[in-house]
Amino acid sequence: MFNHLLSLLIWLPVVGAIPVLLAGSARPNLARWLSLLVAVLTFVASLFLLVQYNPAGAVMQLVESHLWIASWGVHYGLAVDGISVALIVMTTFVGVLVIAGAWEVIQDKPHQYMAAMLVLEGLLIGVFCATDALLFYALFEAILIPMFILIGIWGGPRRVYATLKFFIYTFFGSVFMLIALLYLYQKAHTFDLATLAALPLTFKEQAWIFFAFLIAFAIKVPMVPVHTWLPDAHVEAPTGGSVVLAAVMLKVGTYGMLRFILPIVPDAGAHFAWLVIVLSLIAIVYIGYVALVQEDMKKLVAYSSVAHMGFVTLGIFIAFMLVREQGRTDTAMLGMQGAMVQMISHGFVSGAMFTCIGVMYDRMHTRLIKDYGGVINAMPWFGFFYVLFAMANCGLPGTSGFVGEFMVILASFTANPWVALFAAFTLIIGAGYTLWLVKRVLWGAITNPHVAEMKEINGRETFVLAAFAAAVLALGVWPQPLVHLMDSSVSQLVQQLAIHKI
Amino acid sequence: MGLSTSILLTIALAPLVGCVLAGFLGKFLGRAGSHGVTILGVAVSCALSFYVLYQLTMGGAAEYNQNIYTWFQIGPFNASVGFMVDRLTALMLVVVSFVSLLVHVYTIGYMADDDGYTRFFSYISLFTFSMFMLVMSNNFMQLFFGWEAVGLVSYLLIGFWYKRPTAIFANLKAFLVNRVGDFGFLLGIAAVLYFLGTLDYATAFAAAPGLAGKALQITANTQWDAATVICICLFVGAMGKSAQVPLHVWLPDSMEGPTPISALIHAATMVTAGIFMVARMSPLFEMSSTALSFVLVIGATTALFTGLIGIVQNDIKRVIAYSTLSQLGYMTVALGVSMYSGAVFHLMTHAFFKALLFLGAGSVIIAMHHEQDMRYMGGLRKYMPVTWITMWVGSLALVAVPFTSGFYSKDAIIEAVGLSHRWGAHYAYFCVMAGALVTGLYTFRQMYLTFHGKERFKVVEPHGHGHHDGHDDHGHHEPGVLAHAPKESPWVVTLPLVLLATPSLLVGFFTVGPTLFGNWFRGAIRVDEANDVLAELGHEFHGAAAMALHGFTQLPFLLVLVAFAVTTYIYLFNPALADRIKSALRPLWTVLDRKYWVDDVYFALFARGSVLLGRGFWKASETALIDGAMVNGSVNLVHRVAATMRRLQSGYLYHYAFAMILGLILLLGGYWLVGSGLAGH
Repeated sequence: MFNHLLSLLIWLPVVGAIPVLLAGSARPNLARWLSLLVAVLTFVASLFLLVQYNPAGAVMQLVESHLWIASWGVHYGLAVDGISVALIVMTTFVGVLVIAGAWEVIQDKPHQYMAAMLVLEGLLIGVFCATDALLFYALFEAILIPMFILIGIWGGPRRVYATLKFFIYTFFGSVFMLIALLYLYQKAHTFDLATLAALPLTFKEQAWIFFAFLIAFAIKVPMVPVHTWLPDAHVEAPTGGSVVLAAVMLKVGTYGMLRFILPIVPDAGAHFAWLVIVLSLIAIVYIGYVALVQEDMKKLVAYSSVAHMGFVTLGIFIAFMLVREQGRTDTAMLGMQGAMVQMISHGFVSGAMFTCIGVMYDRMHTRLIKDYGGVINAMPWFGFFYVLFAMANCGLPGTSGFVGEFMVILASFTANPWVALFAAFTLIIGAGYTLWLVKRVLWGAITNPHVAEMKEINGRETFVLAAFAAAVLALGVWPQPLVHLMDSSVSQLVQQLAIHKI
Repeated sequence: MGLSTSILLTIALAPLVGCVLAGFLGKFLGRAGSHGVTILGVAVSCALSFYVLYQLTMGGAAEYNQNIYTWFQIGPFNASVGFMVDRLTALMLVVVSFVSLLVHVYTIGYMADDDGYTRFFSYISLFTFSMFMLVMSNNFMQLFFGWEAVGLVSYLLIGFWYKRPTAIFANLKAFLVNRVGDFGFLLGIAAVLYFLGTLDYATAFAAAPGLAGKALQITANTQWDAATVICICLFVGAMGKSAQVPLHVWLPDSMEGPTPISALIHAATMVTAGIFMVARMSPLFEMSSTALSFVLVIGATTALFTGLIGIVQNDIKRVIAYSTLSQLGYMTVALGVSMYSGAVFHLMTHAFFKALLFLGAGSVIIAMHHEQDMRYMGGLRKYMPVTWITMWVGSLALVAVPFTSGFYSKDAIIEAVGLSHRWGAHYAYFCVMAGALVTGLYTFRQMYLTFHGKERFKVVEPHGHGHHDGHDDHGHHEPGVLAHAPKESPWVVTLPLVLLATPSLLVGFFTVGPTLFGNWFRGAIRVDEANDVLAELGHEFHGAAAMALHGFTQLPFLLVLVAFAVTTYIYLFNPALADRIKSALRPLWTVLDRKYWVDDVYFALFARGSVLLGRGFWKASETALIDGAMVNGSVNLVHRVAATMRRLQSGYLYHYAFAMILGLILLLGGYWLVGSGLAGH
């Protein structure tokens, strides 16, 4: 069974979506329970993965490889390292919570919603373990489809604009990736990532390929200035869509950077690291100010996602600077680990934040901050979770939000104190937009009579929020298991940074 | 017997258990159950803290320094959760747990009518846990955890009455201002890691002398001294937490929180975390006299200028809040002249007498049915004698009358500043000396306005015979009109007052010798010989009694006498004079009443300014440039091109025929031109 564990993880939710669809709108509860069963089974399977994966072993483990398109030498190639394992477990964890979170919230065609969610989950898992560039590309594009459906059918009033913007934006970026991949193929005659990593390339080639990859992945992350699809997509997406989008889909962008830019074009990456670092700092500071003035809660959290993902890209590219300019592999590891931990943490924190907004939206049918105020009076338990996640969002130590940012800031200081200075600004601006939101939504006396009628979270909602809370606290109090899981993989990545291909 | 890990873990975790139980099971436990578990938790910690102090002082136990678990290990970088317990820590543990325990008991009485009773107990226990983690830490990561965790609890407690707009404004303000400090603090930690390669205290301190001569490259041709960068960055954190100018603005507003936490968090313990931190980092600070001068000037400014504001306050809690700012300034001054043990000593005595003053003010507030304006008090001494006497004890300690605890700690600081040769010491000496007068003025004024003179409130019995609960409608009262005559508070309130008055009076007399002059903190605090003003001061020290007797003849005490005479005359004999002075010095009064306009400037510049900046970004960059011009712009461009192309495909044959003929003519014309051009050669 363990020989095909990765295939199982991918196909279980995808195939599991079929009976869910077949349950049909006539039997919505059957569809719900079936999809929950599939999601839980996938989560359990991912725990097996966690046990199976040996952090001290080979770099890529649980390898599966079958020839897929013989004439092009495309393989159905799967394998995982510690980073993939962490992302996959996070995906399956969020997968269960998204299904549970949508339970009675989605009344319109729940079977289709759940099925789309499961397919999306399977495809995302696939992205995180693909070792063949074309397979990665196919899955990278394929995840657009279920997300397109989720926003397009269950989305808000401006969903058509949002879905088109989302689709065209990301599709636009991936075209460049495809061109780069085709170029690489005609040089190497394979799409195997490990072979491509060893392929010698001139600086000029690397530069072109670097920018092609950067555009594709920067849009996905998203980085400034190609981020504007995200707030629109979030605002129109149903809660579950937002959660998966923020928690997992954004990581596909940074994951792509790790798998493509770092090993394939390390010299161009090092040469243009400053550009990505500057864009990351803009994301942290500038987006912080933009988030501050949002009037829509979802937009605010969406912008805060952009700022937090800035730490991931900062951590990855500061490592370039540290290795190439100062020869500091140790500090580079710190920065890279920080980026990785931030990816996982942001999955939990943003997922939780969007779930919280969803909980309030279900009761009030508005996302505007001004319609709220004094929610804690009506929903004290909800208030507890909301404050906890808000604190995680502003990086309070003891929550997961702190760990990655702390590591990245520490590493940045060694690279350049000014970078650390701008990055650390998140302490102020992040707390500013998050806690001002909390002040206006949660605290205060009730002014809107509808707020007084809001019902306290029910058992299902409590379960979902408590699960997120457990993850946020566990990671915040003891990040070492996660760090250990990814340690050898991060070390491998950092070593790749040092390799000169020219 | 040495210190065991289990004892230290129990000290830290017992309040956390209480917090979790009261917080999550408050409904099942009920009020008594909730305060029972939290008090039990803190009592256990308190008893063990005394035990630890005893072991370290008399029991001959060695210092404890061990990691409990690895938080992360990345290459050579390790961050752990662990404890370092030496005498400095032990003293902090005793102060924190003792004051916390008394505040827990006091809360039973103070919050008796509050709906958030169990929540309050949960919060203050969480605070106690966080503070323990802060003071017991053996590394910078955990220090930062405790640092921010106490900030979180402070945020929750200032906003405890979350329906009040002022409370939720104040807690946001407090958190953000503290975050400005933490911004510097985090950079300081990053600098420590960069220069010293570790987050562990012991390793970092051992490596500290190596900082000499190292520098941080700021720009191509600017370098800053490594130790100075580290220490100033760390101190910026202390400025936030310990409310030093210019990050002091949050502390007066924090008085929106219930009084027990004003005593515990915003006077005795949390705000002194910055002082403790600098004392803990003495091996680093000793490496940079530039940083210490910075500390000295900031502290001196805080000590004098915030005290001045206290003179014009009418809210009983705000007077004490400004007094706290000023006293924190004294502690910072002590740090600035390398008198770390003096700062910690004043921290301890201040914790007792300031907690006492706050809790006493709380007792007054209960008696006055939550009226805090001293203009509607007066003559309370005959209604609440225990509160009156204990508050006088606290006041005498605050103004540093010889033999009280406050005298020993504060007088030593003033003398030491006088001996110091550090840059800024002259300015600091003036500030702390003038501060002695100012302290006397606001303290005696407060005591007179509250307890002495004529009663300025009326007691109007409510109509009807039904029970009238004075708490339900406080705030709707006419000021100065009470439903019942004020009365002394219950024993749960007065007992803590008495238990705090005792050390306020005595602890200084018994401990000044060893703590200041007996090298009691050896190992925990490192002072360079050239900077050691205390050693110099020690030559003149001939016992606590002699020091006190000598104090009667010194300038600080004379200034207190002046303040006493002035306030006594004004507030007991000629109350109208106060208003006349106020009108005569109107401009000065306005400056103080407006708090030097610092709050207004900050609000306009940072709060409003940030929102304006954000809106500017949002409108100009996000909406107009990126989305408008770039994203939708390219969509529109495609649209327009497509629309033009579409118009070409009109479907009329003669349009196409015309286009073909036109094209043919252009093509042939082109050939002809090119051809004739070539032929011309």
